[in-house]
Amino acid sequence: MEPIIQLGYDLLPILNDLPEWIAITAIALSAAIILLIFIAVFALFAIWLERKVSAHMQDRLGPMEVGGWHGWLQTIADALKLLGKEDIIPTNADKILFKFAPILVFAATVAVFAAIPWDSGLVPADLNIGLLYILAISSLIVIAIMMGGWASNNKWSLYGAMRGAAQMISYEIPIALSLIVVNMSTGAFNMSELVRQQEGTILDWMFLRFFPFGFIAFIIYFVASLAEVNRTPFDLPEAESELVGGFHTEYTGMRFAMFFLAEFANMFVVAAIAVTAFLGGWLPPFQFLDFIPGPLWFFGKALFLVFVQMWLRWTLPRLRVDQLMYTCWKVLTPFSFAVLMIVALWMII
Amino acid sequence: MDAYTIVFYVLAAMTVISAAIVAFTNKIIYAAFALLFTLFGFATLYIYLSADFIAVSQVLIYVGGILILILFGVMLTTKIYDVSVKSERNPILPALIAGIGTSIVIGFVIFRTPWNAVVDKEFTTIAPDIGNAIMGKFLLPFEVASILLLAALIGSVLLARSEENE
Repeated sequence: MEPIIQLGYDLLPILNDLPEWIAITAIALSAAIILLIFIAVFALFAIWLERKVSAHMQDRLGPMEVGGWHGWLQTIADALKLLGKEDIIPTNADKILFKFAPILVFAATVAVFAAIPWDSGLVPADLNIGLLYILAISSLIVIAIMMGGWASNNKWSLYGAMRGAAQMISYEIPIALSLIVVNMSTGAFNMSELVRQQEGTILDWMFLRFFPFGFIAFIIYFVASLAEVNRTPFDLPEAESELVGGFHTEYTGMRFAMFFLAEFANMFVVAAIAVTAFLGGWLPPFQFLDFIPGPLWFFGKALFLVFVQMWLRWTLPRLRVDQLMYTCWKVLTPFSFAVLMIVALWMII
Repeated sequence: MDAYTIVFYVLAAMTVISAAIVAFTNKIIYAAFALLFTLFGFATLYIYLSADFIAVSQVLIYVGGILILILFGVMLTTKIYDVSVKSERNPILPALIAGIGTSIVIGFVIFRTPWNAVVDKEFTTIAPDIGNAIMGKFLLPFEVASILLLAALIGSVLLARSEENE
């Protein structure tokens, strides 16, 4: 936080005249608003990208008309349409919980962005326990999904919510275990410190350390994170062919848009954690590429992982519920335990 | 009053009010969801004591794990709305004795404990200290707790699995 506060004082000298706590609150609020704008713009961009990627993978063109160049205005038009839609709350829904669920899901998603390190010093809140903070706050999303699914008073929503909760708390275990490998190797929870420990060339990044075990941990994290954000092949909570729309079946208009935005923002969050923990964060792969600024490296790597998520979505079919649990408990969890033990032994020897 | 104190009172009010909802509502589902704010409020109080690791563990374990299990339990029960909170016989006298007794003990603890109102300490990385303490001084309680949890785990699996020759 300190470098950002300092930056705020440098940009707006008038803040020096105000009491300190007002100045800090103002700087923190503007940082939060910038992040909020980033999330909204990124989600709009990611939705457009998803449609284009899916279209090209299926040998179609996707949106081409709105805005001229490859339909770049399409999602903005869609967002305006969603804003203008009627806000319907089912008569038998639990009104309080129904209204609160989208707020909670979006608040939790935005709160996660506070600990994401864009560059050395460019972290909204450089917490000692940044990685744990992100894992803890993202678990609120599960509760919001259950809240929305329950409050809709619709069996498809409830099924979707139950599946979502079961899937997310199961896949948190391989995620945590594969991230512990990183913590053991770097000795840090702090997100910036994690990146600083990987300084050097691409060979010093976590996913190439303890070869091939760092790479296996990275793959386990990536697969489990797909389940965490409900992406195919793990998109059972919102499987439209069997559950209508899953936990957000009954949501319309802006409330639906909140869930949708949060989902795309979460794709970026899990990619950002993967980049920080395994792919060297803001560091360039080789020293001579130093002239490209850190935030661009970070964003580029995260965007690449988001693209891989979309790529997988349009390549793989959806798993069945029993296969989903099989993958988690009988494949990912034992393998992540094995990797954890082997890396621990490697570090002792 | 500076911002620090104001935020503290807001968080404390959130914790107390949500705890009151947990205790007094007659819809179990509201009680379960209000528990989210109570547990989260406790986590923020840990942050006021400069114990960030404990705060995050609180959210991770209680909100991310136990609360979700409670919600599962609640959603699988049949009567969720308007559960009558009274049992058939309300023995008032024993309830009063137990309640007053508990409040006396709690009040005693509250007034006798030298509270640190604010711990004005830098946030340091306390995770290694906690790890060393668990693996050193407190190894025996840690292992006992893990054996207890293992026994509970095996027991619940045994209860939940269906007998094949039924």
